[in-house]
Amino acid sequence: MLEAFNFRVILEYMPLYGQCFLATLWLSGLSLLGAIVVGIIACAMRLSQSRIMSGAAGVYIESIRSTPLLVQLYFFYFGLPTLGVMLPEWVTGVIALTLNSGAYYAEIIRSGIQAIHSGQIEAGIASGLSYFQRMRYIILPQALGMTVRPMLGQAIVLVKDSSLLSLISIMELTRAGQLLTSDRFMPAEGFLTTAAFYLILYYMLKSFSSWSEKRLIFQEAH
Amino acid sequence: MWGFYFQELMHSLPFFLKGVWMTVAVAGLSLLAGTIIGFIAGIIRAGRNKILRAIIGAWVDLIRGTPFLVQVFIIFFILPSAGIELEAFPAAVIALSNLTASFICEIVVSGILAVPKGQREAATASGLSQYQQLRFIVLPQAMRTIMPPLVGQYVLLVKDSSVVSAIGVVDITRVGWLTVQRIPEGMMVFGLVGLLYFAICYPMINLSGYLERRMTVVTTKL
Repeated sequence: MLEAFNFRVILEYMPLYGQCFLATLWLSGLSLLGAIVVGIIACAMRLSQSRIMSGAAGVYIESIRSTPLLVQLYFFYFGLPTLGVMLPEWVTGVIALTLNSGAYYAEIIRSGIQAIHSGQIEAGIASGLSYFQRMRYIILPQALGMTVRPMLGQAIVLVKDSSLLSLISIMELTRAGQLLTSDRFMPAEGFLTTAAFYLILYYMLKSFSSWSEKRLIFQEAH
Repeated sequence: MWGFYFQELMHSLPFFLKGVWMTVAVAGLSLLAGTIIGFIAGIIRAGRNKILRAIIGAWVDLIRGTPFLVQVFIIFFILPSAGIELEAFPAAVIALSNLTASFICEIVVSGILAVPKGQREAATASGLSQYQQLRFIVLPQAMRTIMPPLVGQYVLLVKDSSVVSAIGVVDITRVGWLTVQRIPEGMMVFGLVGLLYFAICYPMINLSGYLERRMTVVTTKL
């Protein structure tokens, strides 16, 4: 199969791949930002005193975690138009990715916050710090340090998950492979090139993850 | 109109149950194969042979660094050009087993490494063979660390199995996709699809959480 591997066609399609690589980058980047915001809000609701808030966040988190992303994607893709909401495909895709990863970020942030010893929070209260001061100076700095690795892990998952957007015909890396397959019937060239681009992103995020881990240990030593 | 579509949907319930059966079959077979291969790979990777360790490490990175959808396409579209003709079902099971095995491999490695070194040394001193050490000393203790993430991995397996609907395996997701062409109520149809996945995954997530709590109590007692 490899003796017939056609690099010329890959070069010919390189502009398309470059474009799609950028599309994957900004689609997952946008969803990542959204997911962190949603995650922080959902986590705050989950940990709030109000039962309704915490219950609502619980239902959101559990129903996202118990169903596949592809089903959530189709739910919005086929469901929103029946409500009269007509959105471009990429918006639907970003919404689904954001809400999906948001639930996982909520859980990651929650485990980070709950890992902080309650004595620290009590000490903060005893020192007369307000809720926001405790969050800003005691809880969040430590919680962030502990959650950097799982957060970057989820970012890797998010980038890979963005490949599902190709199934609702959004132009991104996996779609480029599908196009090469259907235009030229060259699935090997198409999907192996796609895989190579994803591997670049994976190794970048992975090395960033281990770098930040070292940095954080370094900071703790001070 | 909504009521009419709801009735229509109830009429196609047997179709959905067939989809459930297909999801259970794909996920179940992959669970078996993935667990066996993952354990073998993990035991080798935690062992002494450097070359084998590097090979398995590279395999794990390749699988972790690329989206599952791309892996499915590679197996389904590229293997035939190498002369291996596959139906959608076996291609799905191969792709899903491969994915699961690579993740279970890492879980098993961290489980084995979590067993204190002294245990192995004591076993060597007692004259146990390599196999006996693994079978009677290391694995039983490692299982405690392995079990909770292993069940968590099975949840991911069920959810990831939705992706194989892209190559035409008629699982729950594919049934939803086919039904929505006929009953244009996206939220209703994929709400039902989500509910079916929820019914499978939610108990498993709780089992994982339960095992985690139980296993932690046991280790702190020691």
